[in-house]
Amino acid sequence: MAEYETHEYDVLVVGAGGAGLRAAIEASAKGARTALVCKSLLGKAHTVMAEGGIAAALGNVYAEDNWQVHFRDTMRGGKMLNNWRMAQLHAQEAPERVHELEAWGALFDRTKDGRILQRAFGGHKYDRLAHVGDRTGLEMIRTLQQHAVHQGIDVYMECTIARLLKDGDRISGAVGYWRQSGDMVLFRAKAVVLGTGGTGKAFKINSNSWEYTGDGHSLAYWAGADLIDMEFIQFHPTGMVWPPSVRGILVTEGVRGDGGTLTNSEGKRFMFDYITDYFRAETAETIEEADKWYDDKLNHRRTPDLLPRDEVARAINSEVKAGRGSPHGGVFLDIASRRPADYIKRALPSMYHQFKQLADVDITATPMEVGPTMHYTMGGVRVDPDTAAATVPGLFAAGECAGGMHGANRLGGNSLSDLLVFGRRAGMGAADYALGLGSQPEASTGDADTMADEMTACLDREGGENPYAIQSDLQDMMHTLVGIIRTGVELDRALGEIEKLKERAQRTSVPGGRAYNPGWHLAMDLRSLLTVSEGIARAAKERTESRGAHTRDDYQKTDPEWGKWNLSLSQGTDGSMKLDKTPLPEMPAELASLLEEAKV
Amino acid sequence: MTQVTLSIFRGDANGGGFVDYTVEMGEGQVVLDVIHTVQATQAGDLAVRWNCKAGKCGSCSAEVNGKPCLMCMTRMNTLDTSQPVTVAPIKTFPLIKDLVTDVSFNYEVAKRIPAFTPRAPDAPDGTYRMQQIDIERGQEFRKCIECFLCQDVCHVIRDHPENKPDFMGPRWFVRLAELEMHPLDTADRTEFIRKAGGIAYCNITKCCTEVCPENIHITDNAIIPLKERVADKYYDPFRWIFGKLTG
Repeated sequence: MAEYETHEYDVLVVGAGGAGLRAAIEASAKGARTALVCKSLLGKAHTVMAEGGIAAALGNVYAEDNWQVHFRDTMRGGKMLNNWRMAQLHAQEAPERVHELEAWGALFDRTKDGRILQRAFGGHKYDRLAHVGDRTGLEMIRTLQQHAVHQGIDVYMECTIARLLKDGDRISGAVGYWRQSGDMVLFRAKAVVLGTGGTGKAFKINSNSWEYTGDGHSLAYWAGADLIDMEFIQFHPTGMVWPPSVRGILVTEGVRGDGGTLTNSEGKRFMFDYITDYFRAETAETIEEADKWYDDKLNHRRTPDLLPRDEVARAINSEVKAGRGSPHGGVFLDIASRRPADYIKRALPSMYHQFKQLADVDITATPMEVGPTMHYTMGGVRVDPDTAAATVPGLFAAGECAGGMHGANRLGGNSLSDLLVFGRRAGMGAADYALGLGSQPEASTGDADTMADEMTACLDREGGENPYAIQSDLQDMMHTLVGIIRTGVELDRALGEIEKLKERAQRTSVPGGRAYNPGWHLAMDLRSLLTVSEGIARAAKERTESRGAHTRDDYQKTDPEWGKWNLSLSQGTDGSMKLDKTPLPEMPAELASLLEEAKV
Repeated sequence: MTQVTLSIFRGDANGGGFVDYTVEMGEGQVVLDVIHTVQATQAGDLAVRWNCKAGKCGSCSAEVNGKPCLMCMTRMNTLDTSQPVTVAPIKTFPLIKDLVTDVSFNYEVAKRIPAFTPRAPDAPDGTYRMQQIDIERGQEFRKCIECFLCQDVCHVIRDHPENKPDFMGPRWFVRLAELEMHPLDTADRTEFIRKAGGIAYCNITKCCTEVCPENIHITDNAIIPLKERVADKYYDPFRWIFGKLTG
């Protein structure tokens, strides 16, 4: 048995985006000895890329807004598959979390009377997103980071957690490696909070950073926790499409919230042709009504340009397939002809900058070309809504790597608020659990030894598979077979391909040594990438209906019977992936009535 | 597809040198794309930091043909590719490996800066009121993505690492200015800026402003106003005499 660098804590938080930072702040404030571990440098997590804003029913722009309306919008956006209690807590607590950020130094854009300004977004009835131009994520992560730094939380940067450790049934820590040196490190911890984000790097066209390899999903799954709703992958309707090198980079929904419209090659605002019955009562049917809505949301219905993301992404996909796309296979997003140049530069500075610098397009003068890009993983670790506890004692999860909150489709803006609300709750849950636990559980180094052997084997092997090639093949395959529109036949093929890729991933070899070796790190990340890819494909195969972000060409209807079930994945004793149908928790009558009233 | 040659620094604290890699380059690519192609096809262990690939996280700072920049925002078609394009790590911080440097200095400084200290809430419900015009300067500073390119070009620390204990560098004057000009903040950091920050070392050559990918007016809007605050408090002769007389 080898000796490892070892640290001991009450609470270990894995991931330093919005959820991880907020969890660490809370756990530390509750008196738990807290460590925060992140794969990159602090402040670089994917939260930094969030653009549009934080959804919270502050009621600053429309006093009519309140948590009940936010709850209703969230549930309808998620096609009613959301965990009702999470959606309720989220809507109730988001305003307080936003005000808290302000008290920690965040500078949100203001209303005329000096309060926090809110912008319109898809699926939200009222202007609801607290924002800072189109760089809200940066403001949020910096505020949390600066607050955390002064709380005395120990931060371990460029450290990848590779396995969770258990003492019997409960969590006892985690083992990982320093990216800089390649040396292993062991954290003994009474509780572990996962805040590791999503799975975007399993797909070819995505808006995610390199870190998004499904680590938290996989760590939890390997440790015996359940994953739910893995079939629901959000394709954001507006990613850049040209030039090829920037394909997939996010174009904020704020462009549409602030007046931009989607048009096809015939110049038609095609979204009016894609209003489904589900949203018909709340969506404008004419251009005149849609355009009046921007200034008066009480007396007009929302433009179909701002239907929830699943609806818009499918519509763009259909327009392109019908031959009405833009020259580079997207559609047009036009704000240039609709808003003055100085307004665009002020409200959307980083979009202006991004298109100018990367695509030679001036968005104040010409329309952008956009198309769907893999953006968000709705599915994740099954958690208790109030404490964020996973099904394994001592394990907690929050943010994108947790499941349930967003159901079958997430509304824009609900992610940043999710990170804050459930990051805090996970920090609380973990601290309460850890402080209630008498002694430090035993952390056996057996798993660490296995890890160390696997890692060394990959370095020692010669003439094996190139991890970059495996990832690229996985991304192509997932994009083609498990993408925006799915069929049972293709999903079966995908599962076959994943098995082959798993075998190849066993035989990787990389040049170089242990010190800061990205090829080596990718070889390790392939295990989690393949685990989540299999989970997504299996759940997608099982759900024989279309709902939210999950669209089956061979089962095009939404089936009310399927609306009663979550799909749940867990690792069987033989190591294979088990799939179960678990009933949706029943919603209390007073909440259900909010949704009834909303039907009109 | 055209071919392009990058001359990339490979090595660590013990030494190293530039190695040429010739790869295929696609339309519209940025330097980071080509670096990724090199990684995927010829040098799997080439160390480089990156995250968002959209100019928002500030991870991929490097010196391309000698010019400090974000590799994700530097288009290949803006460079002369008839000769090898050199890519070197930023120089102000100690090398770890290839294009990755040890920027921990910055995280240590961040801990030392006196924290945000807000006034009591303005409204009974615990919320604040601020006018847009009053927060715009602060918002300019908060655009900072911590790419540390300003730290890289600042000659006070680039050419004189021995100054680092006494001089925080432009990034941290931006942070201090942001706190000092924050409408809700009540703390006074003037002494800190003078002594711990070492702002007097800056002789306003504006190199930091020139390289800022967020176009923050570091020198004009952050450093000079901070210098003025320090000068007002410690070097104003009338204030000095007044202070002596009144104790």
